Amino acid sequence: MVVGMTLSTFLQQLINGLSLGSLYALIAIGYTMVYGILKLINFAHGDIFMMAAYFAYFGISVFFLPWYVTFIITILLTMLLGAGIERMAYRPLREAPKTSLLISAIGVSFLLENLATYLFSGKPQAFPEFPVMTTPIFVGGLSIQPVSIVIPIVAFFLMTVLLFIINKTKVGMAMRAVSVDYDTAKLMGIKIDNVISSTFAIGSGLAAVGALLWCMKYPSVLPLMGVVPGLKCFIAAVIGGIGNVKGAVLGGLILGFSEVLMVAFFPSLTGYRDAVAFIILIIILLFLPNGILGKKQVEKV
Amino acid sequence: MSLLKTENVIMQFGGVIAVNDLNIDIKKGELAALIGPNGAGKTTAFNVITGVYTPTSGKVLFSPTDNGGVASEIDISGKRPDKITGLGIARTFQNIRLFSDLSVLENVLIATHLNINYSFLSAILRMPKARNGEREAKEKCEFLLERMGLIDLKDEKASSLPYGQQRHLEIARALATNPQLLLLDEPAAGMNPQETDELTDLIFKLKTDFDLTIFMIEHHMDLVMEISDHIYVLDFGCTIAKGNPNEIQNDPKVIEAYLGVDEDVED
Amino acid sequence: MKNTQNSLGAYLKKHWKTVVFLVLVLIGIGIADQFVNSFMRRLLNLSAIYTIVALSMNLVNGFTGQFSLGQAGFMAIGAYTVAIFTVPVGLRSTIFYLAPMAPLLANIQLPFVVALILGGFLSAGVAFLIGSPCLRLRGDYLAIATLGFSEIIRIIFTNTQTITNGALGIKSIPTISSLWWTFGIALIVIIACFLLINSSYGRAFKSVREDEIAAEAMGVSLFKTKMTSFLISAFFTGIGGGLYAALLGTVDPKQFYFTLTYNFLLIIVLGGMGSISGTIIASFVVTLGQEALRFLDEPMAFGLDLPIFRPGLRMVVFSFLLMVVVLFYRKGLMGTNELTWNFIANKYRSIKSRFTKKAASAQGGDSK
Repeated sequence: MVVGMTLSTFLQQLINGLSLGSLYALIAIGYTMVYGILKLINFAHGDIFMMAAYFAYFGISVFFLPWYVTFIITILLTMLLGAGIERMAYRPLREAPKTSLLISAIGVSFLLENLATYLFSGKPQAFPEFPVMTTPIFVGGLSIQPVSIVIPIVAFFLMTVLLFIINKTKVGMAMRAVSVDYDTAKLMGIKIDNVISSTFAIGSGLAAVGALLWCMKYPSVLPLMGVVPGLKCFIAAVIGGIGNVKGAVLGGLILGFSEVLMVAFFPSLTGYRDAVAFIILIIILLFLPNGILGKKQVEKV
Repeated sequence: MSLLKTENVIMQFGGVIAVNDLNIDIKKGELAALIGPNGAGKTTAFNVITGVYTPTSGKVLFSPTDNGGVASEIDISGKRPDKITGLGIARTFQNIRLFSDLSVLENVLIATHLNINYSFLSAILRMPKARNGEREAKEKCEFLLERMGLIDLKDEKASSLPYGQQRHLEIARALATNPQLLLLDEPAAGMNPQETDELTDLIFKLKTDFDLTIFMIEHHMDLVMEISDHIYVLDFGCTIAKGNPNEIQNDPKVIEAYLGVDEDVED
Repeated sequence: MKNTQNSLGAYLKKHWKTVVFLVLVLIGIGIADQFVNSFMRRLLNLSAIYTIVALSMNLVNGFTGQFSLGQAGFMAIGAYTVAIFTVPVGLRSTIFYLAPMAPLLANIQLPFVVALILGGFLSAGVAFLIGSPCLRLRGDYLAIATLGFSEIIRIIFTNTQTITNGALGIKSIPTISSLWWTFGIALIVIIACFLLINSSYGRAFKSVREDEIAAEAMGVSLFKTKMTSFLISAFFTGIGGGLYAALLGTVDPKQFYFTLTYNFLLIIVLGGMGSISGTIIASFVVTLGQEALRFLDEPMAFGLDLPIFRPGLRMVVFSFLLMVVVLFYRKGLMGTNELTWNFIANKYRSIKSRFTKKAASAQGGDSK
């Protein structure tokens, strides 16, 4: 099956895998943070990512704002959207059974997709091109799009910032406390609602950055664009160990590399590309039910 | 003859040893009690016996009597809870775990599910076998509810029952699994002295009427001392004493664990 | 013999209202089958199919408390089985024009009923493969895993050109138009679910939903119970999918996108997770409602050229409805209750007493 592959194409695939994996990681962090605190799969996260892409598209192509203004507005709007969704659709169900919360998340996802289809039409819109980012440069026989290098750099910079926030700031400490023990954290006077809002805002902000980088690489915006990346990134978070930020990054990278390398080595399986994630998910859950970096959970009886 | 024996059972969670080297030996037909301060590892011991946890090391040996009256010893450590219940160990929970949205009768009926002998297809088609099975299960459960004084409440939601009756329902439910060994986790918790007295009588009667062996965790010392044949005392996961009520009451280690040298008194 | 006659007599006496109701329903279907136009016929057929699939979903999600999102995939298996095995052999070469059908399958043609049941069994078989790893997972992982599997099934069907004709789909499936097929099977499924739920197996389902640890302590095998529920659900869903294919006359992978599952989720949430009668009512309300709200997608609704009416609005309204139900009527129409005669009598009494109270207080106000 293995087609003759030179070292340089292999390196090229590795770079592709790294940049795709970093994009997955950025989105997966949002899932893992929310799951860590609310024990909820935020089904709407992929659609928040999609909305960010539309914000950017409108900023540049419709309102003709400079790209840097657009990017800042996009990130802020997306953070607001994420926190707003939590406020309207999840907070009222804080005391409800978990199933209701999950259904609400699916409902928000469905609503955002339908709303986007209705408002922006189901047709794909062309995302403005960034020639600086997409014109290939040649390094030692490799042709590389600068964006493929920029993505991992931005991603790893943001992850470092995030780890700093989580480990060294007061808000981060509160987040960790809430994720370890919700009720005790509440008793200790932590303002749970604020912590949850900031979690959603940060996760959505990272998804917005992910969306901007994604659209530079794959310049097409459509209402259902968040669905498949969303599912895959949740899986990435599970692979790494849900609730663990480093795990989400690890899972994202594993997923990115496996996908790119499978298509590179077995071109005949290209049609099954989207199935890779789910197959890895099943394998991981069977052998490492808590993910690679996850902690074992014991239920109290 | 031993019905339940644990041999050097250790249960460790991460760095915490919840049960350390537990050796108990419960004879058929006796009423044994497990006592000790809060956090001593009593409920963990129950969870190991009933299969909720797999012990880190050690054996749990159960010798149920089959229909022919022959007892055979089985190592049940690490078996699934439902398998262990099927072998003849039933339990109640310290923090009541009824099927709160279902009726009182349904709660008890669920416990007969492990003994049904018809498939889901014959249940859907209401074959005679399934119909007879349903009728017998219902009769049995109504009898048990009668015994526990709950028959008039059989169509009420389990969650609507007052606290004491919920505890009774838990016992009825456990009895419906046809146990040989019944584990009661603090059956008298939250009851007033009069209710505790009634419960003491009830437990004693159930033991003879259903030919049971009972192992219970309890904090009400009057109750424990009155009806136990054998008492085990746990402290920080270790068995610090075992013996009959008289021996336990005079054991200096027990007195120390309960009264403490510089600790507060247990309730 | 005498005994059975007696018990039959006693049964009729006790349940005469239900029996009369069922007879009326059957007569109603018979009349509808004679007189409705083709548009209405199609809608009613679709409602019955949705009832079958939603009820199957409720068996797992509502009664057993396992959050599974694999309905679209299981429907696809049933639908494709019917499509592959009932299309007349002579037409197959024109349908499979990109690549000929696999020789093993090319000449097998089965009667509709056989293909339908086969679809149910295949669907249950796949459910067994999926369930073995997934049903051991914690609740919310199951949702993702089943959703993933339903997508994998769709991806496989898109890629197996010689079996499913890939993205082109299969056309010219012999269609059914009589209401008896869908309503007959829906009735069977409803009765089967009702009898199952009211048996020891059904109680085991509910015990797993209520408290897994207590259920296990009472001797209920979690895995076996979840698997039983999952397999029965997949079987019925496969049958529903087969009927769907025979109703539409054509299948292609896009029909079974996972958003199809969200339709059923809306139905069971609206009807009440854990209520058979709620699911039946909601299936009809949602299916007919989606059709009734079609004007929302028409630019010239109410004869006015309002810019808000354009394609997509209907789905926005529907997803908004799902949110409203989840946020404000979490228990749905019926909660875990059933629309029994007692339930109706109680409701009637409580409404009546409310009115008499109102009337009384109104009178009290007058006399003052």
